[in-house]
Amino acid sequence: MKNYIETVLAEADYQPVRLLQILRAVQARYQHIPAEAVDFIAEKLKISRGRIIAVAEFYSFFHLTPQGRYDILISDSITDRMLGKENLIGYLSTILKVKVGAVRGDGLVSLNNTSCTGICDQGPAGLVNGYPLTRLDRPKLDEIAALVELQKPLTEWPPYLFEVADNIHKAGLLLNQPVANGAGLNAGFARGVSATLDEIDRSGLRGRGGAGFKTAMKWKFCAEEKSDRHYVVCNADEGEPGTFKDRVLLNSYADQVFEGMTLCAAIVGAEQGFLYLRGEYLYLQDKLQAILQQRRDSGLLGKNILNQGLNFDIEICLGAGAYICGEESALIESLEGKPGIPRNRPPYPVTQGYLNKPTVVNNVETFLAAAAIALHGGEWFAKNGTEKSAGSKILSISGDCASPGIYEYPFGTSIRRILQDCDAENVLGVQVGGPSGTFISNQELDRKLAFEDLATGGSFIVFNNSRSITDIVQNFMHFFAHESCGFCTPCRVGTSLLKNQIDKIVDGHGSAGDVVELEALCQLVKNHSHCGLGQTAANPILSTLQRYPDVYQNRLKNISYEPGFDLDGALDVARRMAHRDDAAAHLTQVED
Amino acid sequence: MSKTINIDGQDIPFTEGQTIIEAATAAGVYIPHLCHKPGYTPHGSCKLCTVNVNGRNCSACTFPAAEGQTVINNSQELTHDRQKITQMLFVEGNHLCPSCEKSGNCQLQGVAYHLNMLDNHFPHFYPHREMDASHPDILIDHNRCIFCNLCVRASREKDGKNVFEISGRGINKHLIVNSPSGQLKDSAIDVNDCAAHVCPTGAILIKRTGYQVPIGQRIYDHHQISEVALAQEQDHGK
Repeated sequence: MKNYIETVLAEADYQPVRLLQILRAVQARYQHIPAEAVDFIAEKLKISRGRIIAVAEFYSFFHLTPQGRYDILISDSITDRMLGKENLIGYLSTILKVKVGAVRGDGLVSLNNTSCTGICDQGPAGLVNGYPLTRLDRPKLDEIAALVELQKPLTEWPPYLFEVADNIHKAGLLLNQPVANGAGLNAGFARGVSATLDEIDRSGLRGRGGAGFKTAMKWKFCAEEKSDRHYVVCNADEGEPGTFKDRVLLNSYADQVFEGMTLCAAIVGAEQGFLYLRGEYLYLQDKLQAILQQRRDSGLLGKNILNQGLNFDIEICLGAGAYICGEESALIESLEGKPGIPRNRPPYPVTQGYLNKPTVVNNVETFLAAAAIALHGGEWFAKNGTEKSAGSKILSISGDCASPGIYEYPFGTSIRRILQDCDAENVLGVQVGGPSGTFISNQELDRKLAFEDLATGGSFIVFNNSRSITDIVQNFMHFFAHESCGFCTPCRVGTSLLKNQIDKIVDGHGSAGDVVELEALCQLVKNHSHCGLGQTAANPILSTLQRYPDVYQNRLKNISYEPGFDLDGALDVARRMAHRDDAAAHLTQVED
Repeated sequence: MSKTINIDGQDIPFTEGQTIIEAATAAGVYIPHLCHKPGYTPHGSCKLCTVNVNGRNCSACTFPAAEGQTVINNSQELTHDRQKITQMLFVEGNHLCPSCEKSGNCQLQGVAYHLNMLDNHFPHFYPHREMDASHPDILIDHNRCIFCNLCVRASREKDGKNVFEISGRGINKHLIVNSPSGQLKDSAIDVNDCAAHVCPTGAILIKRTGYQVPIGQRIYDHHQISEVALAQEQDHGK
């Protein structure tokens, strides 16, 4: 074991900031992080054991106890559920003879749920040893189970099991005219670095992750910050359920994204950049490394880029299963090899980011747009969209529509138009911006895609009239409780309380006061949480309570009070001890 | 002329670099808190010190004081929300005051008294948590840990040892000990360390000192935590 870990540590140059990379390698090799490995890594990196355990216990893809040699995770996003995921995971559990959340006795296979894997347009999806499985159905599961029992290495599995399509159905401003390699940088250098920043300012480009901070302003603040080092970070941790546009951009437009990062480096004066790639996109890593190498070979990356005296390189860092790392300061913590816990602000990353140096963190799509703006100019971009939301937005559309996939629209496009294009019929509502965004009903389809109306990082999930609002909300609340980092009280405790309270109502144990209580709790979590996760976690409940109060009321029992715990369930131990299961050994929850 | 911020209608001087809670404390204004302690790196996790600054909720222990701030600290709404946050801390762990050695000296209890918390309000989680009684002089009862991080910071910043770490995610957060066995007895902690005495609840206790002061004669049995905190913290840094 020590020899292997020594190699891994050498590859990571013994840098504690690369702890995630190191643990990923150990996990892949031994299906867990063995105690012996923890000790050895701690000694070699001169960090505490506790730090390593804290990281291992924070990220979903790390385990301190062995998982199966085939570790199968099934995506538990709402869109996967709508495609029959619950039924499929039950089937897989039966044929593999392993419980969900468990490791089979022989250690060959483990099975569990995982948060949205970013394959919502071709689900139900899953991961086997980190690699995506798409369009799962029973015949495919039979085949997978057989391959597992035969202990075939993944490299010998039929490639079609792992096929991920781009599904670009509507290209617009950006996707229609990809920037040729080097063209954005050449144009930027020809115009001059500060004039190019002016063009980005003129373009009105705002951050595409969802928050919409003006890109030029962020870059300017960072550039003005005096420091011996600046950093550029591309946030490719798209974890918002229903978002998968960055997967497609990195699969088919990666050069342009890297070009945008390089341009940013020229403007802010950075020599080092990072692509923080979500762990679920491990399958893109080799391809992206090859593209980076090509760019180095063509003088577009590395030393003296395009003979302009710019030195800049990009390192790819993989996450390990944590939605919170999409929050920029949590992402920076993760890049530093720590648990992804959002920092206190101020200071902001533009002044004290990675290693407390000025850092620009932008979304994949923002860098893609910046490269195009450098080439075509700010005006070209700004004349599209609305006054406050310039340009176009790339959407990931999934759910109840005939053509899920990638769609690019100018800002200001109506929801109705988008639903027509993706062939959605009989629409109940749309979740715009993912669980942390807004649920709009079919009475609001003339609302517009824009920061001033419906903002989204890209997630756009369509629901038809056969869907249950409470099922959707329940899935989202379980997601947030699972993904809360646990740093602050309101989110750590509040998201779990919300999950339990919504379960109580959906399971038919709610009574008159429970919806009032639910709403009060939502406000508390929203108003007092430390970061965007907690501040938006209650949105699924708040936005549906406002639109469909009856849906909640109809779930309530016609009594004034329901005990906070399960009376009959509490007698379970007593029944087992007494070997009784007769009627008199049971209690109804409330006297009739 | 010194710079000021306004808290609940009162002008309060501050110096550059001070947080809102530091300026408030120096001026004799109490803002409820648990994870904050003067002289320790601000943490900002318990959220009890949430104040409203120019219309926005901020943690007073991490947010820098700045000219032009109008801060609301004492309002019915904030008191209500702080009470709810305290109740969250109570139901998350297993806090049974009548049988706890820290009763009367416990800051969590003191804050609850101060906020007039009369019940736990939320359903209890009743988590299964372990005790670590391995150390000859110090006991950890994880049932009472509120993840304030003070012992972590005390060990690093005051004792120079790094004995503790907060691990896990979400509701599964837990305190871990940096030692080969994971037990406190194999760590570098000493009974005289700051980390052994800093716990605001009864999660870290010193052995063989229990009940030397009878319940009923303890700090918060007779004094509001607001007076006690101000008396202890006001002089800090002077």
